[in-house]
Amino acid sequence: MSDDHHKPSFARRWFMSTNHKDIGTLYLILAIIAAVIGGGMSWYIRLELMEPGIQYIDDFQFYNVLVTAHGFLMVFFVVMPAMIGGFGNWFVPLMVGAPDMAFPRLNNISFWLLAAGLILLVIAGLTGGGPGTGWTVYPPLSAKDYHPGMAVDLGILSLHLAGASSILGAANFITTIFNMRAPGMTIHRMPLFVWAILVTAFLLLLALPVLAGALTMLLTDRNFGTSFFIVEGGGDPLLWQHLFWFFGHPEVYIIIIPAFGIISEIVSTFSKKPIFGYLGMAYAMSAIGVVGFVVWAHHMFMTGLDVDTRAYFVAATMVIAVPTGVKIFSWLATMWGGSIEFKTPMLYAFGFIFLFVVGGVTGITLANAGMDVAFHDTYFVVAHFHYVMAIAAIFAMFAGFFYWIGKMCGRQYNEGLAKLQFWIFFIGVNILFFPQHFSGMAGMPRRIPDYPDPYAGWNYVSSIGALITAIGTFLFLYIAWTTIRSGEKAEANPWGEGATTLEWSVDSPAPFHTHEILPDMTGKAPAE
Amino acid sequence: MSSDAKNHPFHMVEPSLWPFVGAFAALTTAIGFVIYKATPDGPLLATLPGFLLIVFTFYIWGRDIVREANNGVDHTEPVKHGLRMGMVLFITSEVMFFFAFFWAYFNANIPFLSFAASDVWPPEGIVPLETWDLPFLNTMILLTSGATVTYAHHSLRAGNRSGLTKGLFLTVVLGVLFTALQAYEYMHATFSITDGIYGSTFYLATGFHGFHVIVGTILLIICYFRAVKGDFTDNAHVGFEAAAWYWHFVDVVWLFLFCCVYWWGGYGFVHG
Repeated sequence: MSDDHHKPSFARRWFMSTNHKDIGTLYLILAIIAAVIGGGMSWYIRLELMEPGIQYIDDFQFYNVLVTAHGFLMVFFVVMPAMIGGFGNWFVPLMVGAPDMAFPRLNNISFWLLAAGLILLVIAGLTGGGPGTGWTVYPPLSAKDYHPGMAVDLGILSLHLAGASSILGAANFITTIFNMRAPGMTIHRMPLFVWAILVTAFLLLLALPVLAGALTMLLTDRNFGTSFFIVEGGGDPLLWQHLFWFFGHPEVYIIIIPAFGIISEIVSTFSKKPIFGYLGMAYAMSAIGVVGFVVWAHHMFMTGLDVDTRAYFVAATMVIAVPTGVKIFSWLATMWGGSIEFKTPMLYAFGFIFLFVVGGVTGITLANAGMDVAFHDTYFVVAHFHYVMAIAAIFAMFAGFFYWIGKMCGRQYNEGLAKLQFWIFFIGVNILFFPQHFSGMAGMPRRIPDYPDPYAGWNYVSSIGALITAIGTFLFLYIAWTTIRSGEKAEANPWGEGATTLEWSVDSPAPFHTHEILPDMTGKAPAE
Repeated sequence: MSSDAKNHPFHMVEPSLWPFVGAFAALTTAIGFVIYKATPDGPLLATLPGFLLIVFTFYIWGRDIVREANNGVDHTEPVKHGLRMGMVLFITSEVMFFFAFFWAYFNANIPFLSFAASDVWPPEGIVPLETWDLPFLNTMILLTSGATVTYAHHSLRAGNRSGLTKGLFLTVVLGVLFTALQAYEYMHATFSITDGIYGSTFYLATGFHGFHVIVGTILLIICYFRAVKGDFTDNAHVGFEAAAWYWHFVDVVWLFLFCCVYWWGGYGFVHG
């Protein structure tokens, strides 16, 4: 850090922070901690599933708790904090030329509410058998009859805090982006990562309160004798599914749209070309955000919706492929004729595009209500959503990490080691998840710790993939640690002419306060 | 570069402990709730420390904001614009919160939306409240309070200080009256929150609205005392605007509740 900036003492800096970079760092640390816990759970699951029969987990409720906690952790405490809280906090103010976020104290409570949520979730897992409901928390399984202890209540309260954290963060991002752009940084000149965070923030703002409402109803059903989801009292378990997925579908875009933003930055930088179809890219994200609110019941094709309803949700879901295709083809067109440099962030961007296309194609398959009858609740679905929103998101996070780590800590990672890590990870996740398409098509059900012998082969392969992925993960942690400890000093712009966005105009590491003199963007081309 | 003079209009907020305290308060409240509910007759008192800590956080954090608003330096035009934008966004998220409760309500009584919807509404055995009795009176009270808060706003902009305080005072009185009548109505209703889906949707939707009325009333009381003290000028009164917008928001939610839950929901029911 440069010396001309007064930095507060340790306690003031990390517990009372009003600095977007420090809060971003806190988010990234929380995400890494949660990723180690959530990742550890998934490897334990794969160990159990490596062979038919019961190996390690003879308490099936515990297996359900592992599946549930893995989902909650990865969605709410890894991907969202890393992409929105971490990279969003770090780079949105830098990219729009603002000196900080609009509401710095609100920014800090967003982080600490999330930390409180994580603590509650850990307590939930250790209380009264834990919440074995799956991350979708469907009643009646999540009702008092089937989960009598306080574990589910703790899980609900954990999500309440995480949700409040995200809603406040969303209002903060939207205000920052609308109100604090540097002179000349018009909406149509903003970097696509900023566009991505803007769209994501709107999704958070509109979707999460609906989850909060649903969770509140579940909480009162469990504790105060209401009957929202209880059939005996005239309630409707399907109401939960509607409310949950009205939130849940936008939620998957909340996870992947920031990834779109990161990948757009990287593809442009390492192709040394402005992004192809800048406006199309921005409005494709917006369109995905809008349409994402009217497709929720494609998660409910097996619940007895009438044919017309299913026909609508099939069609609406298919429509999403159009703006998504715009994005994929625009990335390819950006590379076309570009002077491509295969640095690690670019490799991860390639990896992202490949994984996202695979997951997107199986998504189109599953969008058909007729096909879904066969695939629902099988490993085909597991393979689909892990490709499209889990490993694709992780690839975007790794891409963003390698792209920006020099800016964040002032030290550059080891290129050779990082490329090795990419290949181990890329091969690992594909061996892990591709075979799950096959076992899923053969009918292997989700969320069951045992399976008949015919599924043994692909499950074994899948678990080998998990092992390779684990090696890649630990190599990543090693690279991250050595980079921060002893990496080479990073230049202000290590990527050369292709890196045109404003974060590369400040020193590495970025000084404690940046853009104290607002940059003038008047007359400049779009940031991409 | 970092001299004392700022080169931009934005507010660089000093480090603050209150966000950390606020998050800790939320955690304490959640754990208190779990202690309260873990056994059939657990202590309600367990939720008290967290609750008090939340109130304390709002107080001390809000005090900082009021001081910043009054120091004449921090709240520039762009900062005020940002604060207003933040309030609008917060209210938008609140709208979506109520959206969930209205969804639950319509899911229970419109067969098009759900196979589980009741054929008759209110369900058999439920005697709803008389629409044109207390609920209508409360509608009038809340609409009037919307007018009085607007009167206060216009007075403020016209430099009429006594109109401002009078308008705010009347609004607070009407708000308290509304809450009191709601409490009276709850005590005399023939159905409770445990009486199936009707009681569930009725009490959660109107209960959360009532909670928002109480919060809005507190905001207006703070504005009243600030106005008496001499805060707010004709072009610097973001705190007042935020409270007024919030008040209009609870007003609009009530109109939807009145029309959908009280009126349409009890339509055709003949009170014996």
